[in-house]
Amino acid sequence: MSERPDTAAQTAAPNGERADLRPENIQDAVIRLAGNSQDGIQTAGAFLARLAGRSDHDVMTYMTIPSTISGGPSIFQVRIGSGEVLSAGDEADFLVAFYQHSYQDHIDFLREGGVLLYDSDNVEPNLDDKRFFYVGVPITGLTIEALGGTARDKGKNIFVLGLIAKIFNLDVDKLKKLITEKFASKDESIVNTALMAFQAGYAYPVGNVLAKHYRFEHIPRPSGRAQITMDGNQALAYGLIAGGVRYGAGYPITPWSSVMETLRRELPKYGGIFVQAEDELASVSIALGCSYSGYLAVTGSAGPGISLKAEAIGWASMAEIPLIVCNIQRGGPSTGLPTNVEQSDLHQAIFGSHGDSPRVVLAPSSVEDCFYIAIEAARIARKYSTPVFILSDTSLATRIEAFDEPDLSKLMVNPKPDLTPRQTFKPYPIDQITQHVPPGTRILDGKYPLLAGLEHDEMGHPTGSPKLHMAMTAKRRNKLRKLAEEIPVPEVYGDQEGDMLLAGWGSTYGPIHDAVAMARENGEKVGALHLRHLHPLPNGLEKIFEKFKRIVTVEMNDQGVYGFGQLATILRARYCEPKITSFTKTDGLTFRVKEILDGVFKGKSFAARHIPREGAAIVHAGTAPENVKSTREVVPQGVG
Amino acid sequence: MNKGTTGNGDGGTAVAEPPREKLTKKAITADHPTWCPGCGDFAVLAAFYKVLEKRNLEHEKIVTLAGIGCSSRFPYFVNGHGAHYIHGRAVPLASGISLARPDLHVFLFGGDGDGFSIGGNHLDHGARKNINMTYFIMDNFVYGLTKKQTSPTSPIGFKSKTDPTGAIDQPVNPMKKLISAGATFIARTHATQVKHMMEMIDRAFDHQGFSVIECLSECVEFFPDVFDPADPKKGGSFEVIQEKKWDNTPEDELRHDVTDELAAYKLAQLPFPGVFGVFYQSDRPTKNALEKKWIQSSREKTGNASDLEILQKTFDRMK
Repeated sequence: MSERPDTAAQTAAPNGERADLRPENIQDAVIRLAGNSQDGIQTAGAFLARLAGRSDHDVMTYMTIPSTISGGPSIFQVRIGSGEVLSAGDEADFLVAFYQHSYQDHIDFLREGGVLLYDSDNVEPNLDDKRFFYVGVPITGLTIEALGGTARDKGKNIFVLGLIAKIFNLDVDKLKKLITEKFASKDESIVNTALMAFQAGYAYPVGNVLAKHYRFEHIPRPSGRAQITMDGNQALAYGLIAGGVRYGAGYPITPWSSVMETLRRELPKYGGIFVQAEDELASVSIALGCSYSGYLAVTGSAGPGISLKAEAIGWASMAEIPLIVCNIQRGGPSTGLPTNVEQSDLHQAIFGSHGDSPRVVLAPSSVEDCFYIAIEAARIARKYSTPVFILSDTSLATRIEAFDEPDLSKLMVNPKPDLTPRQTFKPYPIDQITQHVPPGTRILDGKYPLLAGLEHDEMGHPTGSPKLHMAMTAKRRNKLRKLAEEIPVPEVYGDQEGDMLLAGWGSTYGPIHDAVAMARENGEKVGALHLRHLHPLPNGLEKIFEKFKRIVTVEMNDQGVYGFGQLATILRARYCEPKITSFTKTDGLTFRVKEILDGVFKGKSFAARHIPREGAAIVHAGTAPENVKSTREVVPQGVG
Repeated sequence: MNKGTTGNGDGGTAVAEPPREKLTKKAITADHPTWCPGCGDFAVLAAFYKVLEKRNLEHEKIVTLAGIGCSSRFPYFVNGHGAHYIHGRAVPLASGISLARPDLHVFLFGGDGDGFSIGGNHLDHGARKNINMTYFIMDNFVYGLTKKQTSPTSPIGFKSKTDPTGAIDQPVNPMKKLISAGATFIARTHATQVKHMMEMIDRAFDHQGFSVIECLSECVEFFPDVFDPADPKKGGSFEVIQEKKWDNTPEDELRHDVTDELAAYKLAQLPFPGVFGVFYQSDRPTKNALEKKWIQSSREKTGNASDLEILQKTFDRMK
């Protein structure tokens, strides 16, 4: 919201709707709902996000979850924009506070001139603080009243949704349809109760205190495609399905569980199975069994579980088995911060097994990218017969975004194994990239392949030969060098040369790009480089680095003993470039744009709020339709 | 009749295939075993070859798998598709293969350390879930590959490098463990009794479900002569379980009912060397069959739509 609403700092009286609520067009709004997780604020926020997606707006959400079992203070923030939304917003335009603690903890996130909508049954704000506009509504009492006077206040979330729908002039019919769809599988009375709560909130005469209501400008999306709305873990699961993954196994852990829940429910429709295993070691082993049998499979976890899988992933490197490993990173080490975000598993992903055990590491930059990177991971795993890590994180897992509906007819990969008989077959030819034949394939010369964790010869049989160990170690490493050749060099956003290049990976894409946009508006010569391929790195980054005086990685991990974040450490080792440094943090929360600006441009201050809307399009390198082939695609030969 | 007849069938490509020859021992023999001369595992390998030969299985559908240990070198000695996996995790590896490819014959080999110690949890859950495979455990009561440490089945008092004054920990009773875990075919045999061993492999293979055979297989290097009490050639007695014939004779009253869990448990209580044969067998549905059932009903609910149609429909709901 760009203008001050005409409001009075007073509590609205529940009578006498003002007829002259004036609509005002806006392009962008950040709405933060603060309450307790058991109040269903996620549900209300998700409705807003879904509605925005259906209405052709761009949307991004941000939420925090308490790690306690029974719930606790929690927020759900929705940013809706008529243009590209890259980050969930540093400050809220509109704060909904259900409790006194919600008000106290979040009032500082409300921008000056913003609106506090509070439950006057539970919250007593400091009305003397003239920075904000106050709208008090007895949310609890009115919800109970609307739902027939029971003492329970369930439904407050939907009541508030009604209020917001009124204030922001949202499409009521679409919202009611969403509510009906959401509760359709439950008792009919639940749908009715929800609609009653919504109606009560919508009918509340909020116009007594807010003279304006708002309308999001409709800017037709350039693609013309419909949008779908989902969170990052859903996008990951459906991307795996599109990429032809039909089998997998996992063990419950936050924030990975919802990926396995989706796959367990969905895969049988496609003829596949997702197994809930007895532990992490079994889950990676089951997935490897499925992959060996001819169906590329997935396993996943968060840090603690990935640590347990490390030995088996090393076997996948050694035996050269395709496998997808999702790590939905959270705060570590050990049990760490289970419901917070961190990017501290990069080194574990790249190096986390004993011995030289090369594997591929990818990281999605947005919810949409979770979908495409899963397809790319599947493609790479098959083509290079290798384990592939997907490093997502808590913020991507739970964040809801709307994005252009993928063209599935061009993306779907057929997962059927090829059991065509072979005249002769070597599983580990020294001068080629391994492509296993699944069991059930006849080998007509009668010599069958063995997949081995022991160092082996070309047929898979054990060897103690130092010469063979060196040759096979090189073979396993060189296929990743071959992969590096085909990874496109990412585009630099912003200035193509200048004083500073901000380099990032994973979920920090949005705030880094917003920070660069704002710095450039303030005259800085700065660009952003976002890496989706972290191991191997694409060739040619040195040409980009040459053009900047400083390269600063922005990462949610610790600077470590030597003073550099995990990506910076890798880049410094790779390019021997002392101008690479890092800006890191480990507070368990996503980066705010201002935080990046303050951290990177020390001593300078930029305008805090307005963020230009012109972020670089995410390039889904390697997942363009022409790159997605069947499982029988040609494998490059002659790699030594 | 064999492991895999419930298969949902994976599209083998329909190309003209050359005619098959009968499966011979020669065709399925690979590397010369690296076991010590006199090791009990040689006899197990010989018995396995013989069963494969007798059953004349399709060569390409035989899959041998193992974890780590002396006996776990087994797949290297069988010429067929197979994998040599990591220590203790071969049951879940085999589970993945069995579930994704029910058309294959999944054979798993290992020892007491691999199966009852580091892999003990997987043994329990493979049994509980009743995943279709044949698991042959060569139990020698000692860690041989690492040269004589106490194993989970070493008897109390056994002197090893890790128990120089004699083992003090209660050993695992494999039969009891398997019965309580819910394995649906549980048998015990002895590597010096080749015919009995073959019979057990044959029956385990015929069983639909998680079939486990514990085979006493002597480590001549680190625990010699320990199984002599069950070897008639060494003055012992090899006592075979007499199974009920259901012939209404008075003798039959005394015979063992393999479907009786408590009776099986009682047999497992007998002092060493105990009895040999099938302790327990049940026709509880396999996970393979239950998952297949779910797949079928899920597919029906989609109207047997194509993968593209199903995912498109899901996305349409997210608009």
